[in-house]
Amino acid sequence: MLWEVDVISKEASGDHAARAVVAGAADLGIAGCTQARTAAGWLIEGDLTAADVERLAATVLADPVTESFTAAAVDAASPPSGPAGLPTIVRVLPRPGVTDPAAETAKDAFTLVGLKPVAVRSVRKYWLPALPEADAKRLAWSLLASEAIHDVVVGPLPLRTLAGGKPWTFTQETIPLDGLDDEALARLSREKCLALTVRELHAVRDHFRSLGRPPFEIELETIAQTWSEHCCHKTLASAVDHEGPAGAARFDNLLKETVFAATRKVREALGPRDWCVSVFRDNSGVVRFDGDHDICVKVETHNHPSAIEPYGGAATGLGGVIRDVLGTGLGAKPIANLDVFCVAPPDTPAADLPPGVIPPRRLLAGVVAGVRDYGNRMGIPTIAGAVAYDPGYLGNPLVFCGTVGIMPRDTADAAVQPGDLVVVAGGRTGRDGIHGATFSSIELSSASESQSGGSVQIGHAIHEKTLTDFVLEASRQKLFSAITDCGAGGLSSAVGEMGATLGAEVRLETVPLKYAGLSATEVWISEAQERMVLAVPPAKWKQLAAVAAAEGVEATAIGTFTGTGRLVLMWEGRVAGELDCHFLHEGRPKQRLPSRFTRPAAAPAAWQPAADRDLAACLLDVLALPDVASKEWIVRQYDHEVQGKSVVKPLLGPGEGPADGTVVRGVLGRPRGIVLGVGLRHRLGRIDPYQMAAAGIVEAIANVVAAGADPDRIALLDNFCWGDTRRPESLGTLVEACLACHDMAIAFAAPFVSGKDSLNNVFAWTDAAGVQREISIPPTLLATAMGQVDDVRRVLSPDLKAAGNRLAVVGLTRDDLAGSQLELTGRAQGGRVPEVDAASCRAVIHAIAAAQRAGLVQACHDVSDGGLAAAVAEMAIGGRLGATLDLAAAPVEFSPAIDPAHRDLVTAFAETPGRFICEVRADDAAAFEQAVAGVPWAWVGAVTAEPDVAIGSAGRLERIAVAQLDAAWRRMSHQEHSGGHG
Amino acid sequence: MLAPRALILRAPGTNCDHETAHAFERAGGLARRVHVRALVEKPTLMDDCQILCVPGGFSYGDDIASGRIFALELRLRLGDALRAFRDRGGLILGICNGFQVLLQTGLLLADPATGAARAALAHNTSGRFIDRWVHLRAPAGPCVFLKGIDTLELPVAHGEGRFVARSAADLAALDAAGQLALRYAPDASNASTNPNGAQADVAGACDETGRVFGLMPHPERFVDATQHPAWVGRLDPAASGAGLAIFANAIRSC
Repeated sequence: MLWEVDVISKEASGDHAARAVVAGAADLGIAGCTQARTAAGWLIEGDLTAADVERLAATVLADPVTESFTAAAVDAASPPSGPAGLPTIVRVLPRPGVTDPAAETAKDAFTLVGLKPVAVRSVRKYWLPALPEADAKRLAWSLLASEAIHDVVVGPLPLRTLAGGKPWTFTQETIPLDGLDDEALARLSREKCLALTVRELHAVRDHFRSLGRPPFEIELETIAQTWSEHCCHKTLASAVDHEGPAGAARFDNLLKETVFAATRKVREALGPRDWCVSVFRDNSGVVRFDGDHDICVKVETHNHPSAIEPYGGAATGLGGVIRDVLGTGLGAKPIANLDVFCVAPPDTPAADLPPGVIPPRRLLAGVVAGVRDYGNRMGIPTIAGAVAYDPGYLGNPLVFCGTVGIMPRDTADAAVQPGDLVVVAGGRTGRDGIHGATFSSIELSSASESQSGGSVQIGHAIHEKTLTDFVLEASRQKLFSAITDCGAGGLSSAVGEMGATLGAEVRLETVPLKYAGLSATEVWISEAQERMVLAVPPAKWKQLAAVAAAEGVEATAIGTFTGTGRLVLMWEGRVAGELDCHFLHEGRPKQRLPSRFTRPAAAPAAWQPAADRDLAACLLDVLALPDVASKEWIVRQYDHEVQGKSVVKPLLGPGEGPADGTVVRGVLGRPRGIVLGVGLRHRLGRIDPYQMAAAGIVEAIANVVAAGADPDRIALLDNFCWGDTRRPESLGTLVEACLACHDMAIAFAAPFVSGKDSLNNVFAWTDAAGVQREISIPPTLLATAMGQVDDVRRVLSPDLKAAGNRLAVVGLTRDDLAGSQLELTGRAQGGRVPEVDAASCRAVIHAIAAAQRAGLVQACHDVSDGGLAAAVAEMAIGGRLGATLDLAAAPVEFSPAIDPAHRDLVTAFAETPGRFICEVRADDAAAFEQAVAGVPWAWVGAVTAEPDVAIGSAGRLERIAVAQLDAAWRRMSHQEHSGGHG
Repeated sequence: MLAPRALILRAPGTNCDHETAHAFERAGGLARRVHVRALVEKPTLMDDCQILCVPGGFSYGDDIASGRIFALELRLRLGDALRAFRDRGGLILGICNGFQVLLQTGLLLADPATGAARAALAHNTSGRFIDRWVHLRAPAGPCVFLKGIDTLELPVAHGEGRFVARSAADLAALDAAGQLALRYAPDASNASTNPNGAQADVAGACDETGRVFGLMPHPERFVDATQHPAWVGRLDPAASGAGLAIFANAIRSC
């Protein structure tokens, strides 16, 4: 029998969801929806009496102080009446098969009171005023439900059972490739979502022809997963013929000869002082930390799933990168997260949205909530991040999630041994995310939302938390010889990679399922979340199983790593598929791709007339721009202090200003710390991809150095997000960025240790006039820097400390306004493109570090978006103090063409990479002057007790109250905070 | 004399157990993290402990309501053992999720006549999780954990921390008994720092004896000056944080 329980807040004022519905309905122009009530609803099926269900509701589901409940059979003749005056009932419930963490928890909890329902589903229930059904549906689909994962029911519930599927019976589907022409092969790839090229299908066809049989479906799927862009970087690892501004270049493997090569050169130059441990090999990059520990770091993207279901996509993106760290070496403990989002401007008019695209404000609220609910539950502080805005991200928002881990020293090397058991641990397997790996390699279109629903995964953070507790304890007891996460491609990728040389035999029918009915192929490629695969010596299996049981984690031996070099997939004693590991991992035909880049001619600078109090007006405008504005509304939703190790947090000082690099201790009670910073100069992407990448890398490095990181111990990560790199001119921009990565890593002796790419971020649709249109993202490199400090008690923050201290600018300012925030205010357009002068940037960074080490710096801020003016304003906001900034004093190098009338404006707002502002005590001034003597620098002002910022050049200072700067900087955060949907 | 022992009781989803153990150790105690499954199997694990602490986190995901399932499990499977622990003078501390758990187990603020809860921790008024620092004051009262503490700053990090009493009469009675032991206070500019809309600015509460105490703020996140968001250049980095006193009081009261 199917029962429904509604749990309702006793006080209407406690019903936040109802307030959000009323506000949302008004936004949508739905008349008459002036009040609402909501309930947490539960569908409970089982052999239960009304008294049983009442008992479940009273003991498990409702709070006796704040909530009331009703319980009734779904087919009751007279269902409980809803709130007066609200006759329209809307239910939003997860589609069958979609992960429903609350229902799983409730079902387990019911057994505590001795009752065992067969199935539970959570429902969100809304009572609304009388509305046309079409309006109720529109309201539900716009505000309350996501097409990818939900069903919406308006009116009576048609459901009478939650029963799942029936067990699958073994059938062997073959996919003949012989005799198919290229067009038919391309169609096959598209229809089966394989994302294989015709050339790759030729290789598959030839391989199976040599075996004398056609491939089985499960074999073709395994090959498609293994050869996907997501799993093997096939574009970046391709041979490339490039023609660029620096001439022609020929690569046999682009990634190896640029990014990897730079790391190799840096390590060779370090010789015995090399502090890299494991780079570009494991699930994350590993470097030395202290005498007992190594640390590791990884940043992943989860762009396509987040475009379709922002909450689930972002949550599982974070879940995935956490598992990358957990699956590094013999397991690392995750200790910090970061997240970076690239989205379209929040005020994008609804009329400009292509069909199928989620409005940017709703999308950002969704991804933030996803990271919040997953990261907070995992107990990992989210301490670093950024949000970047550009109309190019409308159809393809970017969601980057990163995790840092710590592991006992010398556990980075793990090797599967022949005879080890294949053990899957954690969540059960369902149809979640089938085709995620190949889906993330296919471009999105307006039809994606309906086509690709099965690709969306929903996270269950507590499964991942218990899995983490289990893995770390099993690692401590040395109970496994290797581990990897089950991410894109599911078991097929995880077992395939771990058994890439040894081979494995897997009994697919033994994999624990969420519900019956999955075929062998679905079990094998499902991307159900929160699973890890371990290689366990048979002698240790019993102890490992005991640790799993103690932590409440399901662990199942599903096969053996054999040593035969063959991947054998079994179903109840029959062979479901068999692949040669060498062909699977080495058989992909390499491609040689043409690549071109011509630097667009720089647009000459153009100026709009100055307003009254020009600098003040521009500064207030810049501080309120989305890229610069406070991200407090996001930061405060994340637990950035759990684990107790956060030392420099995202918001700092009495005025809660912004941080540059953020710092966590590696181990509680010990002084050594890890510094995280990110750099993203997406606004340069379309102008000069080399400089975009170079400036982003410098920004990431400057962030961590500003906080006190040792400039000789900075590890870098690359995340390339690009448009359609099958086009030579688009691939050309990617090659330019790779070259920048190579050059910067060497110039700063900062090796890349890990990276990831997400290509084909192009959104195509046919507009109302029948015209085929597309939007491509700007070429975007996210650079992440992971630095280290010997002693966290010596770190620095940007907030001003004391009136009377002096302010110095270190580093040259040029008239490079192209791509700056000032451009977005409309005051200036075009002009020179910022160019990184790596040698002088490096000298500046070392001078800053030397001054910090000598204890000469009270506050330090790197200069990026919004230039010197925004940087000083941020320092004043954080410190609740005033400052003067004499622009004429700052060291500059301007083109002769710059009109003297524009000099102050340019000095204030240029975003020349590689500059810092330092606060120095008068007593330390002489020593500071010596420390920075070898690089361009100048005293530019002082910290003042009067709470205003005075900016300009001698005799022409404009004063702005810090409170006014603060209000401009926080305006967007306040709006998003009050307007977003929790 | 042996250092007092604290048992840090964790469940699936508990995530502040390590730093809470660290805080007890910083305060001079010995701390041991124990999974609730292990304690259910062997309740005698509590025998050599003087302090029981339910730390922060999202026990069982908090998907139904914060602390609900963990509290139910403690009530049904360890109720007698926990009451015996309290009755022999053991100290019980619940932090954040632990406070939410204690209120629902009947160990804290239960109606003496019926055993029903007299207060709950509901969703924040904002409807959202929030991580921020708050100012707190501890009015004089029986709470042993707050002895000698007048005011302090601590971080909060929760989505369900709004203290709600069952009735106005319950609130008045608890107040009169000094059980509403910790309150959100205004900051230097006299702005309220109540982060969640709690009634009477209640941030923490204790039982009649003062030996069972729950609070939403996280004292374990301020045992060291470097954990304060404005410490750089302002606080001595070698100093302790104000939260340490709560653990030190517990150790001294064993």
